[in-house]
Amino acid sequence: MSFALVRFIPVQSNVPFIKGRWIAFIFSALLIVGSLGVFFAKGLNYGIDFRGGTMLEVRTEGPADLSAIRTTMSGLGLGDVQVQGVGTDRDLFIRVESLSLEQIRQIAPDLVTEDTSENGAQQIVRQYVETALVESFPGIELRGSSVISPKVSDELVVKGSMAVGIALILMLVYIWFRFEWQYSVGAVLALVHDVIATIGMFSLTGLEFNLSTIAAILTIVGYSMNDTVVVYDRVREEFRKYKTLEISQVLNMSINLTLSRTILTSGTTLVALVSLAIFGGHALQGFAFALIWGIVIGTYSSIFVAAPLLMLTGVKRTSEEDEAEARFADKR
Amino acid sequence: MLYFSPWKVVLILGVVLLGFFFSLPNFVPAENRYVDPANPDQTKGIWTILPSQTVNLGLDLRGGSHLVFEVDIEDVRQERLGDLAEEARVVLRNDPPIFTARPAVVGQQVVIRVTNPEDLGAAYERLRELNGPVTGANGGQSLDQRLSITQDDSDRTIRIAITEAEISSIRQRTVEQSIEVIRRRIDATGTTEPTITRQDEDRVLVQVPGESDPQRVIDLVGTTARMTFHMVDRSVQVGPDGQARTPPDVMILPSDDGYENFVAVKRRAVLSGENLASASQSFDQNGQPAVAFRFDTTGSQVFGEITSQNVGERFAIVLDGVVITAPRIRSPILGGSGIIEGSFTVQEASDLSTMLSAGALPAKLTPVEQRSITASMGQDAIEAGAEAILLGFALVIVFMVLAYGFMGVVSTTALLINVLLILGALSGLQATLTLPGIAGIILTIGMAVDANVLIFERIREEIRQGRKVINAIEIGYNRAFAAILDANVTTFIAAAVLFMMGAGPVRGFAVTLGIGIVTSVFTAFTFSRFVVAVWLRLRKPQSIGF
Repeated sequence: MSFALVRFIPVQSNVPFIKGRWIAFIFSALLIVGSLGVFFAKGLNYGIDFRGGTMLEVRTEGPADLSAIRTTMSGLGLGDVQVQGVGTDRDLFIRVESLSLEQIRQIAPDLVTEDTSENGAQQIVRQYVETALVESFPGIELRGSSVISPKVSDELVVKGSMAVGIALILMLVYIWFRFEWQYSVGAVLALVHDVIATIGMFSLTGLEFNLSTIAAILTIVGYSMNDTVVVYDRVREEFRKYKTLEISQVLNMSINLTLSRTILTSGTTLVALVSLAIFGGHALQGFAFALIWGIVIGTYSSIFVAAPLLMLTGVKRTSEEDEAEARFADKR
Repeated sequence: MLYFSPWKVVLILGVVLLGFFFSLPNFVPAENRYVDPANPDQTKGIWTILPSQTVNLGLDLRGGSHLVFEVDIEDVRQERLGDLAEEARVVLRNDPPIFTARPAVVGQQVVIRVTNPEDLGAAYERLRELNGPVTGANGGQSLDQRLSITQDDSDRTIRIAITEAEISSIRQRTVEQSIEVIRRRIDATGTTEPTITRQDEDRVLVQVPGESDPQRVIDLVGTTARMTFHMVDRSVQVGPDGQARTPPDVMILPSDDGYENFVAVKRRAVLSGENLASASQSFDQNGQPAVAFRFDTTGSQVFGEITSQNVGERFAIVLDGVVITAPRIRSPILGGSGIIEGSFTVQEASDLSTMLSAGALPAKLTPVEQRSITASMGQDAIEAGAEAILLGFALVIVFMVLAYGFMGVVSTTALLINVLLILGALSGLQATLTLPGIAGIILTIGMAVDANVLIFERIREEIRQGRKVINAIEIGYNRAFAAILDANVTTFIAAAVLFMMGAGPVRGFAVTLGIGIVTSVFTAFTFSRFVVAVWLRLRKPQSIGF
């Protein structure tokens, strides 16, 4: 009986991953250095979640005249204003940075009172821009607005970084608990690799880095860990089975045995995410791109970084539990 | 691993059916489920037995405004210190009086300088009467004192500060009172299903579905609406720039009444908004929008006395430090009711009367975060999300069937059940589905097959090693279990961290991702395993072609 129509993934592969690990290590090192370099040189294009300010989503009556809107906006004295078309030719985003109380007093003196705080005053900026838009472009539809005060954006930066940090620590602890510390260090190094590479990608492409990017990074961390754990689980099993094989041979065999699963799962996940990137609307597009990149890099790191790293962290053939069992058996 | 006891079968099918039932309402229009679609309490026909709740859509999908307000505790502290200075002055004046400089608020303390050094001890004892234990959470008393009073012999001063315990108790009360007031104000506008909850220490989250103009909410919630009545001081001449030589008991306030820019009024308020019994929008004799109000018993009495004694004088109605109107008293007003004329629109008069009836906020509220979206934009997002889910689903099905044939069909059926279970769980738990939540569902569709893939790959391998089909399947399930568990626990950790640390919409992503992980592991180990077991029993295959 035959069920599968196509067998597009080799049933039994024997790629010398471990032998070629130096190539992967050099590639990863370049990736990390490059990512950090781009990040420090260029920084990230933070959204208002992380740097505060006002974001408006508007729809024009006819095709949008971006340059006219830009001219109007720059005439308002609001500093750096970004006007960006999204999806259709009628939808656009307008992003204004958070302004100081002094700047706001200058544009709207009658709305700033003695006890207006800088955090609350960002709402005045939104009102001011909305009024200017409606006056200059009658028929414009205000579809959405977000205002994040500097105080909240500062907090979100801390919360976001903490979330990634806590997730990494919890995974380290979980893997330590389920495996040995050598595995746990390898897995978390691979995760740090993925996180840095993702940040590098965001810096290089200038994609907006916001709260949902943090969600994407945490998902990438979870997914990459998922992949790594499957390989490690296999490594542990093969170690128990083949007591005489070289460590490198066991590692290579484990990677190859789980390879078709790794490729298939990455495949279905990527297919779903590509559909999200195409049809999910502009709000989810950046999120989908981040995840697609993360799945590719996470899959790569599980095979080429996490598993070969076990050679370096000095994984032991038998676990401490096995040794304890053996000692116990000896006594009996 | 492949034997299922009857009760297990019942349990598996039961969970699947339950998921199906809970997700069902999402596919039936509201008018078929409710007698009155606007009133989800009265269910219709079969829906009185079946669950009738649909997925709770987040504001980013249904349209509305999400606002976070911060309570200004420093403001409350300063006010409390001002009161304390006054109380200190009063106790020190009691018989026999202790002579001191006027108690003054300096930074976060009240500073009292005693005139004669030998009175310092007596003054300290006197001021201790002001102290007492902090009122605890349940109205009980805690061990902490409200004030910290210190005396300094070198410069003959006593300093009173509010303790951290008291500040935290004040913060608690202020936030709770603010929530109460906000709820009364928003309820009065007839908005359905607003969410008003405490967030962090000193913030209030206000979510108003359907209101895409945040300014309406900010005006309604962010206005303190502290109303006071003051007598106008005619003797003070105010310059056009608001500058004037004022006696200590007079202050200059900006005016919004349309006649003058500044008014000099007595500092002491003769009446306040707390004495109001009710307020409503009405019109004055010229047909202009106005606010009609009525005092409570004490208020009526005081108002009657004041207006009797001051015929010919003016009094000012002050709202949050701005004079709204300052009419002349033509005759005593004894009925306890009156009308506030100002330059209002109907909307403004109506909002003001709502706020006056609901009471003043105990502290200033500052909007620190705001996200609003129109309903049509939310609808666009839902449609885009639905398209992405359907396409993603179709692609995954094609992929799985191409890769695994029959087993692929089994796992995509499991996937369908998985999606129904997620939908059912969201509806049943009334968790909120946000736009990132939709992304979470799509991601789950992509990742949920993983458990099945792990199992199938393991089965393939066992068959390659020459095992019989039935053994291979049995072992495949057993051996894949540990890897599946470990792999999913790690993703679940990521979802849990995101849920705890994330804000608003992103939390919705964590919810669907988390539910998706649980349901996908469940379907892989129960439903698809059960189907495979039944298939094995019926067909007894000797080989599997993958």
